[in-house]
This record gives sequence, structure tokens and C-alpha cells, in this order.
Amino acid sequence: MSVEVSARSYWIGYQTILIKEVTRILRIWAQTLIPPVITMSLYFVIFGAIIGRRVGEMGGLPYMDFIVPGLIMLSVITNSYGNITSSFFGAKFGKHVEELLVSPLPPWIILAGYVSGAVFRALAVGILVWLVAAVFAGFQMHNLLVTISILLLTSIVFALAGFINAIYARKFDDISIIPTFVLQPLTYLGGVFFSVSLLPGVAQQIALVNPIVYMVNAFRYGLLGISDVSLWLAYAIIVAFGVVLFAICLTLLSRGVGLRS
Amino acid sequence: MPSVMNALEVRQLRKTYNNGVEALKGIDLCVAEGDFFALLGPNGAGKSTLIGIVSSLVNASSGETRVFDISVQRQRSQAMAQIGLVPQEVNFNQFEKPFDIVVNQAGYYGVPRRVARERAEYYLGKLGLWDKAFGMSRTLSGGMKRRLLIARAMVHEPRLLILDEPTAGVDIEIRRSMWKFIEEINAAGTTVILTTHYLEEAENLCRNIAIIDQGQIVENTSVKALLGKLDIETFVLDLRAPVSRAPVIEGIEVVLRDATTLEASIPKSRSLNRLFSQLEAEGMEVVSMRNKANRLEELFVRMVNLGQESAP
Repeated sequence: MSVEVSARSYWIGYQTILIKEVTRILRIWAQTLIPPVITMSLYFVIFGAIIGRRVGEMGGLPYMDFIVPGLIMLSVITNSYGNITSSFFGAKFGKHVEELLVSPLPPWIILAGYVSGAVFRALAVGILVWLVAAVFAGFQMHNLLVTISILLLTSIVFALAGFINAIYARKFDDISIIPTFVLQPLTYLGGVFFSVSLLPGVAQQIALVNPIVYMVNAFRYGLLGISDVSLWLAYAIIVAFGVVLFAICLTLLSRGVGLRS
Repeated sequence: MPSVMNALEVRQLRKTYNNGVEALKGIDLCVAEGDFFALLGPNGAGKSTLIGIVSSLVNASSGETRVFDISVQRQRSQAMAQIGLVPQEVNFNQFEKPFDIVVNQAGYYGVPRRVARERAEYYLGKLGLWDKAFGMSRTLSGGMKRRLLIARAMVHEPRLLILDEPTAGVDIEIRRSMWKFIEEINAAGTTVILTTHYLEEAENLCRNIAIIDQGQIVENTSVKALLGKLDIETFVLDLRAPVSRAPVIEGIEVVLRDATTLEASIPKSRSLNRLFSQLEAEGMEVVSMRNKANRLEELFVRMVNLGQESAP
């Protein structure tokens, strides 16, 4: 009479969360997909086309070319993080997260569903920004595998980080504090607009503690073939962050922190 | 006679919240498969905590909860697959369509999308919501939202349906249609556990009943046995002609409700003939008589008061 729990039922559950998330993102496309494209277009115009001409070369490339990977990564990071915090916290705030909590779905499926939704939005925005960038700088691709893998891993890492933020958030203000005071400074100082090799000794060492430096540089390698850091070190750092954040998310979800009384 | 499996079995269940409130003080409870069971209690008695633990929304401090012999604590996924929950508060996304809400809920339980769509159409139709299925759910009336919660809880066809005050704030016509639907579900084999503030609802629908107060079960028996404990019955008498005062009859309490309505409370040990002969002697003609509907309410209030008096 009742539905039995099986790998197939979990797969259907995962698909349901993902479909729901994708539908939500596409339904409110004017809020989810368009704003980052407009913001990044302005960056390309102002920093790339207008100021960039006076800057000259950066890392041996025209400044416009140099900032393309960083700006794509900037939009991927903010959209991955922002999607999961607003969606999961919204579900928590509106109490409809209880639909999932009373269901047979285990924590890792719920997590996978929400992370996949965030990755979808991050990739969609990333592709749109890349298309806009092509208008200014043309299409460039040095290594497709590195480009795609870094894009995926980075969006997963920030989706997981956003999920933790959403779990602990009690009011809407709580989901904007980390992006404003932590994520934005780290991203802007993470080599989006400049090469960390330009920084003086100590500042360079401090900059290399910022994990976003590795993500931006690895992605820049994928698109342009240049990087301030070792590609393998970048992979190791991104994967390590992903594993640790995944473990934290699963522990919090399993214990019901912020969700079950 | 074959033994009946318990749909719900709770052993020494305790819950103390972080603020120190002891919501459940080691309760034991069994609900047999196929039963229509009422869980009654005043506000703050522990009903919602108990339902929260059974549906895994609340973590128990200690004790064991089993659904169809599956441990909620140790085999959560398997246990949850057996349960459909209608919560007290509306907790669906009000910016989604009723059809999507029901179809998605089915998906969380592993129901394939094609089957989920068919079932959503069936249950939304049965609950009179099909014409609203593709509008925004926030535009539904309070009664419609309650019915949507029931459709959502039924879409994976659970073996145990838990309804936490499903008819609160719902008008009588819709309440009766909801009762009919829930009775049909129970008749088809689904075990139903109902909490309600409408004691008439419990009296009319349920076979067995537990009264919970201050985190403890104070009564757990059949509705029939519970009502049998009433030693006083109250009758409402409609008179043909208006009267100015109630008759005084030894051993029977008669109250004038309005000019043509009397309410008589009679101990079961006393004969009704005494009441009628006195009324006749005073020239009062009774045109109709009915049992007052709130018998369970009287018992409930008495039991809860008794519990509060004996509390330390």
C-alpha cells in the first residue's frame, strides 16, 4: 500500500527537488538570471573597455581579456551562494522545508538537490556572462576540461557554504551578512581584477590564504592558459573545501540543527 | 483471532526542550492498525510534540517510537514512508500552485511523476480543489488550504494518516465533507490519528481515544468506554408553550435556557419518568427531546481539571 524506500525512490526525490529549484529559478528569471548579466556587462564596459585601455596589459594579456575569467567566476560564486541561501532559508522561513523533513528522503539527497539547483543557476549565469564577455573580448578557451571542472567545483563549494549559512540564519538579514562582509571582499581581493603577483611580498602571502585566489586563477588557466598559482594546488584546495563543507552540511542536516526542535 | 499490528507504538517517550520545558513525561501509547484514534488535550498538553516526534520534526529526549514496527529513531526513512502528516499550521509554499505542491510532495516519497500527476488530480478532485489546482495557493480560502494539506498528505497513500487539528477554523459544511473523506480513507484501511479541539468530532469519528495532559496520558480507552463513565446525562427539551421558570425536581438539575427550552441533567440512577411526570404536573408539554452533544466535552473538562488538581 505505501511507497517503499529504495534507490529509485531517492532518485525520484532528488529529481523532484532539482525540478522544483530549476522551475523557481526560471520562473523568476528577471531576479535570478538577468541582474548579474547587467552588472557584469557594466564591469566589462567600465573596467574593461573604458579604464582597461589605459591599464594596458595584465599578466601578459590585454586587461579586458584578463578580467573575463574573474568576472565570470565572481558571478558564479555569488549566484551559487545566493541561490541556496535564499531558496533554503525561504523554505525554512515559510516552513515548507517541513515537506522535506517529514519525507523519507535522507539528508544527503536533500543536500544534493539544493546544491544541484544552485549549480544550475551558477552555470546558467556563468554562461550568460561568458556570452556577454565574448562581445567585448571574443571567445577564448585554453583547456575545456579545466574550465568546466573548476566552474562545477567552485559552484558546489559555494553552494555548500551557502547551505550552512541558510541553516544557521534566523532572519533574512542573516543571509546577507556573509555575502556582504566576507564573500564580496574575498572575491574582489581574489585576483578578479589584478594578478596577485603585482602585490608586494607580505600582501602576496596574505592574498594566497584566500581560497578564491586559487579558484579564479585555475579558471583563468582554463580559459586563457595563465595562472598565478599551481593548478594542482588549486584543485586540492577546492576539493578539500568541498569535502569539509559537505561533511559539515550533512552533520548539521542529520542533527536537524536549525530545522528540528 | 489474529493479532493486529500496531500502527503506532510509543514507549517511555520523553521530550524536554532546550528552555527546560518538559513537554512529554515518559508516555506509552499504542494505536492499532486500521483504528480511527483521537488524541485530545488542552493547549500545551504535549499533543503537537508527540506528533512532531512521530513525524520526525522533533527529536525525542528519550524513549522509542515505532510506526508499523519500524523505529522512527533508527530507520527514519522507512518509518516516514508509512506516514502522511496534516500539520496544524499551513506549511506549503503559498507562491506555488496546489497541483505542483501535491505532485512535488509525491516525488519526495518516490512516486513517479506520471503517477503523482494522476493522484494529484484524484485527491484534489476528491477534496473539491480541482478547479483551483492551477491558481496560486495563497489565493485559497482557509478551508481550501486545510483541504490542500490533506490532499498533500494523502498523495503517497500512507498507511498512517496523522491530522493535527485539521478542521480548525473551517466552517461546518466543509468540516463535514472533510470528515466524510477521512472516514472513507479509514474505511479503505488507512489508520487515522486525529487531534482536535472539536470534541464532537472525536466523539462522532473515532473509535479509540487518548487524553493527554501536562505531558502525560491521563486516559486511553475506547470512546464508548469513556462515554460510559459519564454518570450524568444532559437532555435538551423543547416545550410547546413558553414558561417563565424551570421546575424544581429533587435529584434532577433543570435549567431554563430560553422561554421554550429546558436543559435537564439527570444521574443515570434516576428514572426519566420522574422528570416527565413533574413537567406534566406543571402543565409543560414537551414537543421534542435530544441528548446534548457535548458529552465528551464534559468528561474531558472533568478529567483535565482532575489532573490539574492532583498536580504537585
